[in-house]
Amino acid sequence: MSKQIDVVVTGLGATTPLGGDVPSTWAAALAGESGARTFDNDWAEKYEMPVNFAATIKVKPEEVLPRPEIKRMDPSAQYAIIAAREAWADAGAPELEPERLGVVVSSGIGGIWTTLDAWDTLREKGARRVLPMTVPMLMPNSPSAYVELELGARAGAHALVSACASGAEAIGYGLEMIRSGRADIVVCGGTEATIHPMPISAFAASRTLSLRNEDPQGASRPYDTGRDGFVIGEGAGIVVLESAEHAAARGARVYARLAGQGLSADGYHMTSPEPEGRGQIAAMRASLAEAGLAPSDVVHVNAHATSTVVGDLVEARSVRKTLGDAADGVALSATKSMTGHLLGGAGALESIFTILALHDRKAPPTINVSDPDPELVLDLVRDTPRELPEGQIAAINNSFGFGGHNVALTFTSV
Amino acid sequence: MAYTESEILEGLAEIVSEETGLPTDSVQLDKSFTDDLDIDSLSMMTIVTLAEEKFSVRIPDDEVKNLATVGDAVSFINNAQA
Repeated sequence: MSKQIDVVVTGLGATTPLGGDVPSTWAAALAGESGARTFDNDWAEKYEMPVNFAATIKVKPEEVLPRPEIKRMDPSAQYAIIAAREAWADAGAPELEPERLGVVVSSGIGGIWTTLDAWDTLREKGARRVLPMTVPMLMPNSPSAYVELELGARAGAHALVSACASGAEAIGYGLEMIRSGRADIVVCGGTEATIHPMPISAFAASRTLSLRNEDPQGASRPYDTGRDGFVIGEGAGIVVLESAEHAAARGARVYARLAGQGLSADGYHMTSPEPEGRGQIAAMRASLAEAGLAPSDVVHVNAHATSTVVGDLVEARSVRKTLGDAADGVALSATKSMTGHLLGGAGALESIFTILALHDRKAPPTINVSDPDPELVLDLVRDTPRELPEGQIAAINNSFGFGGHNVALTFTSV
Repeated sequence: MAYTESEILEGLAEIVSEETGLPTDSVQLDKSFTDDLDIDSLSMMTIVTLAEEKFSVRIPDDEVKNLATVGDAVSFINNAQA
């Protein structure tokens, strides 16, 4: 087998409940801020919704994008394009042949605002009032296509969908595109814009959302005994992956290396994780194997940990089983405690947190853990960031999705 | 109540401006939608859909190709008003 192509991260971009870009988001995460807010509208009363809060985007796209772009893109694509522009500029806007540039941007749910708005228009005003851009805006590959068009990418533009693992799967596919020789650079990540009464009511109906209406900022509390579900969030995270050779040739700044990915499916249940964590463990082991690393190389895990009663502990036990005794030295962070759950954007945003944790040697905190679950078998980073060791270190970002999709990405320091 | 030609131009300019980002005062009667305002077919259909609603008129699909300039559209809408 020929030697594996080395892949590095050379650009980061995001717009999130914590900030309109990566520096502000990362600073807020290190400071332990919450992006959750009570709705500034009448949804909860009007629709008798059981949930009256969410982790809404901090900087509205209307403040950043020109009006025609707002009208032409679903919010999920707006977030993606904002993050992609930041990531591309952060990478130094590299010049390369379009045939060597790929795009993979995923959304877990797709253009649901556009879909539902168009349905309202159809019912209220008839078919002739449905706008011609409706399909290009609602299709789940729309964010990927807009980024592809923006950059003129021709190596391929993809949009892998695996619910809340979508953003991580997109980054994993970017790794594959470079390792298989299809591209030198891939702009990849995830986005989501589902803070709309319908999907929130639907998630609430499945009893997966926190109902802590009186305390939105304290609602997302992974691994706390008082956790009662996740807080829905929105936003996008985009990373620029590049072959190490290409990055070195142009003298690019390198944040970290994406060393491996592991994928599996539970084959068990639509919404519940397989209780023994077999699929999660398989994904983490495969990721470490592709990276050529041992459990003892791992110093940090950014957990999927959404703040659900069952899911958090299954994952913690899976990490323990994967790493064995080496798990004792691992700093576990559950950043959804601050950002809420960005669904299809989560795996991408949390990859960015993992990359920056390695780069800055700081594991971000987990907030709201006033009473840690006694069954938590790992060392949780609480309240304030924790220093990570010097030298060559590795970290895993876990992402799991409805349907039993498991994705583990392994990053290493450079 | 019928709109005057200048009201139609003003309303159309707002729609075109929202769609393209061009300033409203660049939307003049003699401007070609494709050559001067760089409007593609999908944008043109969006403008037609929004103009139909705004002015309560019907612009049949086979008429749209005859609307080369802003002036053509203003005249069509003006004549189509009940």
